[in-house]
Amino acid sequence: MSELIQKTAAELSEALAAGETTSVELTQAHIDRISAVDGDVHAFLHVDTEGALAQAAASDARRADGELLHALDGVPIAVKDVLTTTGLPTTCGSKMLEGWIPPYDATVVTKIKNAGLPILGKTNMDEFAMGSSTEHSAYGPTRNPWKLDRIPGGSGGGSAAAVAAFEAPLALGTDTGGSIRQPGAVTGTVGVKPTYGSVSRYGLVALANSLDQVGPVTRTVLDSALLHELIGGHDPLDSTSTTTPVTGLVDAARQGATGDLKGVKVGVIKELAGEGWAPDVMAKFDESVDLLTKLGAEVVEVSTPSFEHAMAAYYLILPAECSSNLAKFDAMRYGLRVTPDGKTPSAEAVMKASRDAGFGDEVKRRIILGTYALSSGYYDAYYGQAQKIRTLIIEDFKKAFEQVDVLVSPTSPSTAFPLGAKLDDPLAMYMQDLATIPANLAGTPGISVPAGVSDDDGLPVGVQLLAPVLEDARLYRVGAALEAAVGSVLSIDKLEVAR
Amino acid sequence: MPEITRDEVAHLADLARIDLSDAELDHLAPQLQVILESVASIQGLAGDDVPATSHPLPLTNVFREDVVTPSLTPEQALSGAPAVEEQRFSVPQILGDEQ
Repeated sequence: MSELIQKTAAELSEALAAGETTSVELTQAHIDRISAVDGDVHAFLHVDTEGALAQAAASDARRADGELLHALDGVPIAVKDVLTTTGLPTTCGSKMLEGWIPPYDATVVTKIKNAGLPILGKTNMDEFAMGSSTEHSAYGPTRNPWKLDRIPGGSGGGSAAAVAAFEAPLALGTDTGGSIRQPGAVTGTVGVKPTYGSVSRYGLVALANSLDQVGPVTRTVLDSALLHELIGGHDPLDSTSTTTPVTGLVDAARQGATGDLKGVKVGVIKELAGEGWAPDVMAKFDESVDLLTKLGAEVVEVSTPSFEHAMAAYYLILPAECSSNLAKFDAMRYGLRVTPDGKTPSAEAVMKASRDAGFGDEVKRRIILGTYALSSGYYDAYYGQAQKIRTLIIEDFKKAFEQVDVLVSPTSPSTAFPLGAKLDDPLAMYMQDLATIPANLAGTPGISVPAGVSDDDGLPVGVQLLAPVLEDARLYRVGAALEAAVGSVLSIDKLEVAR
Repeated sequence: MPEITRDEVAHLADLARIDLSDAELDHLAPQLQVILESVASIQGLAGDDVPATSHPLPLTNVFREDVVTPSLTPEQALSGAPAVEEQRFSVPQILGDEQ
């Protein structure tokens, strides 16, 4: 097994700069790792060996000519299959888009291509990003590399598992209710949901437009900062893109790694602790809070009473937006077309048959729920109320950030649960995102950082940090300090797929 | 809170243009009931004094100059279509026989 796959992206960048390796060599090392372990993990839906090696060779040629595109030029990356990629299939984990090759790249994909990062392939996900376990993929579940009978989180379980299994040093994910942070927590990786609008959503197949956000999945806070700065910034192709430049994240991560948090005020969210939280998760969380205090941070308890209703509001707003978004899968212009029996079926009959055959159970459940929430007579009671709760949550965040610089909570209420355990209980599955959802409703940035492993089952626990809108740098400073204090959580010899 | 019946789910499926099987309808109705009961807690929670927020950031219209820019070619736009005829999307009949 190559030592190269165990290096972080920042270390690989340095090794390339020092001439100790080549992009072809390290890209090949990751492809070899994928060949060796992905049969067990199933992090990838599509691996692009030829394309990645060609991009790596081009990077090496640039380096020889002294024409580097970016610090990460030549460092390979995996991309969640919800982001469009020319020349590579984009299925969103759905039969509806089986074999679809988009005619355009998502802006974040264009950015990583323009920076010279070879794309290893597309990662598995819950169908159209709906789920918390990657068991709702139409192509079979991803497994947690720590313990193969456990879920890797969702919906971005493929991206998190690929990074945790050392199949890729970097990955892109998307976070609508926690789909980067919760998989990060249960796989021992770092996952970031940037401020809403600060990373372009163009070419992201939308689940819920007012909640979706693209972000990094990596093994270290510094690597996330490097990738986040690369993909962030204004995009004229996305009308909700902010014009504020995304800078200072790498500097903040480096500053944080020195371990000094004097002058930083951290708020522990009262409502995201206690009942409903696994004791082993709370134990690791409490240890992390103690570490923050030791690093010099002032820790206080903060109350955000509206967070209690965040999940209910989310599960009305999200289905409403997704039922509208997924109306585009009408079997006319792309995607699956199923023609029912009969002489000359109408477009409507074809549409209904195609959507029944192409969508999985969870997608149907949410489309029907959204159709109900938006229907006449229920709109005010459900959707309208949910939008008001959203206002209250934003106000709670504002009040909290008048008292503290960052908020902290466990990322996920439990460690990785066994595959199949919550598949027939949608509510239990939805509870996984309890702590992550408020940030999506309010547009605030969040990061999940490994807090150690559970004393009960030896599986990773994540701590979530939240900051005010456009103050993403605070997450990197505090996150890097916590990471340095906790020490190494993820290592290849701890995994069930070590060799 | 009104009970969500199997017939109602069938009606919603019709509005959402999904042919659900009998087994799917049997399965979905009780699940939706449970989900709706759990989210019903927010009903009446916020009064008229609380404005609704549809989006985390204030949205403004985005304009650009009305100039021609490169776009997808017809071949690219049609590349994922289930059926193509004479450089157009080929679709089933839109109107039913009775119309």
